[in-house]
Amino acid sequence: MEAFLHQVFSGLATGGIYASLALALVMIYQSTNHINFAQGEMAMFSTYLAWSMIDAGMPYWWAFLLTVSISFVAGVAIERIIIRPVENAPVLSVVTVFVALLVIFNSVAGWIFTYTIKTFPSPFPEQPLFGNRYVSSHELGSIGITLLVLLALYLFFRFTPLGLAMRAAAQNPLSSRLAGIRVGWMLALGWGLAAAVGAVAGMLVAPIVYLEPNMMSGVLLYAFAAALVGGIDNPFGAVVGGFLVGVLENLVGAYVIGTELKLTVALVLIVGVLLFKPAGMFGRVFVSRV
Amino acid sequence: MALLEVTGLSAGYGAVDVLREVSFSVEQGGITAILGANGAGKTTLLRAVCGMLRRRGSIRFDGRHIGKDATEDIARLGIAHVPDGRGTFLDLTTEENLRIGAYVRRDRDAVAQDMERMFGYFPRLRERRRQQAGTLSGGEQQMLAVSRALMLRPRLLLLDEPSFGLAPLVVRDIFRILRAINAEQGVGVLLVEQNAGLALDLADAAYVLETGKVVMSGTAGTVRSDEAVRRAYLGY
Repeated sequence: MEAFLHQVFSGLATGGIYASLALALVMIYQSTNHINFAQGEMAMFSTYLAWSMIDAGMPYWWAFLLTVSISFVAGVAIERIIIRPVENAPVLSVVTVFVALLVIFNSVAGWIFTYTIKTFPSPFPEQPLFGNRYVSSHELGSIGITLLVLLALYLFFRFTPLGLAMRAAAQNPLSSRLAGIRVGWMLALGWGLAAAVGAVAGMLVAPIVYLEPNMMSGVLLYAFAAALVGGIDNPFGAVVGGFLVGVLENLVGAYVIGTELKLTVALVLIVGVLLFKPAGMFGRVFVSRV
Repeated sequence: MALLEVTGLSAGYGAVDVLREVSFSVEQGGITAILGANGAGKTTLLRAVCGMLRRRGSIRFDGRHIGKDATEDIARLGIAHVPDGRGTFLDLTTEENLRIGAYVRRDRDAVAQDMERMFGYFPRLRERRRQQAGTLSGGEQQMLAVSRALMLRPRLLLLDEPSFGLAPLVVRDIFRILRAINAEQGVGVLLVEQNAGLALDLADAAYVLETGKVVMSGTAGTVRSDEAVRRAYLGY
């Protein structure tokens, strides 16, 4: 029972990280109908930034905040400079740009920071918090930070005029422009937010998977699975899907197929959802007359 | 000086011009109607004024050239457009739709008052305040579209077939309110309609559009009494 609970909690911790990254994917998907394949590598690069700052002697939380801010600005810049010119391009061109971004971030990170695996510090103490035996303090802390980020995003999108304008721009760009909303900038802001959320996910997962240029490939796959399970156009679904996939992955890995085959869970989920329920749990079913 | 002065406007989609050398104006506080059959270029004309498609010619709003401006900048100058298909934000609530309309305004108190005013005009919208706009009926969505446009506090209101597909009672309501807003606040109106009788009742100036060209214009009274217009558009 103890081992089981432990698996569930650590599943929730990684699930929260999948949820954040899945949310970043959904935010960009909602406004552009594209999946940003480079989301994981952007997060990896952000994590390297944080590592450099911490390595240079900066306190963890300062490095954390600075990394999130830089990632936000970088996300906005990437949209304005790289994505905007292909805004109206055919979908395959856009996918090519995303894959190119992925490869570029990956190799630049390898070039600057080498492919040697590095440890990344956790801001949380070594001993479990509150004397519990089921969950490490990094896992508990990760869940906490994830929930804080999700809450902040929810409040932003739900209650601020800018958040409302971003939702409007994603839903109906033409009508938004008629109301004076600068839709192009709303997309850029979305990219910035996605990059910032991705940076948080990267910094939280790095102490678990260790820091190296390919650290996000598995995580991104789980995030895809999470976004699809929840419904690719539904932020709430992405979050639920993230936690679900995290727990499922851990339990199936521990009790059914062994940890070596864990990544298969993500792939099976992706294929399964696409085959049997393409809209996911909370997604919108598109019906069109032909 | 006219509020909106358009001369020699050509516009279209892709390489094809739908409008050819169209000229018209809306006076300060005036109501101008554009009449025409399906495919005459009425919707294209409104879109061209708002910079939603490729256009040539002179468009002056309150003396200022807006023929090269982006749609969002034109909206910020005080031109609100109730588009073809109503442009409802289907997943947002009625209230959020109205707030989007006032997005560029910074006078919060006045925005709150205006929202109350819209609910006064259209009590149905107040009842549906927290409801997803996609669940509203066609008539309610048209009320919402007009209200959303008015939330901008525009100086010029562009309306694309506000009577389209609506029950006569709803149409009467909407036109009554348009008249009131025009009279009380001096908002200029550019109205595109297939229902010529309705449009001529409201307007003081009218233009008849046929295959992208203005074929007749004048005061609403003159246009109404024209033999050809009467037969083709008024049907008696």
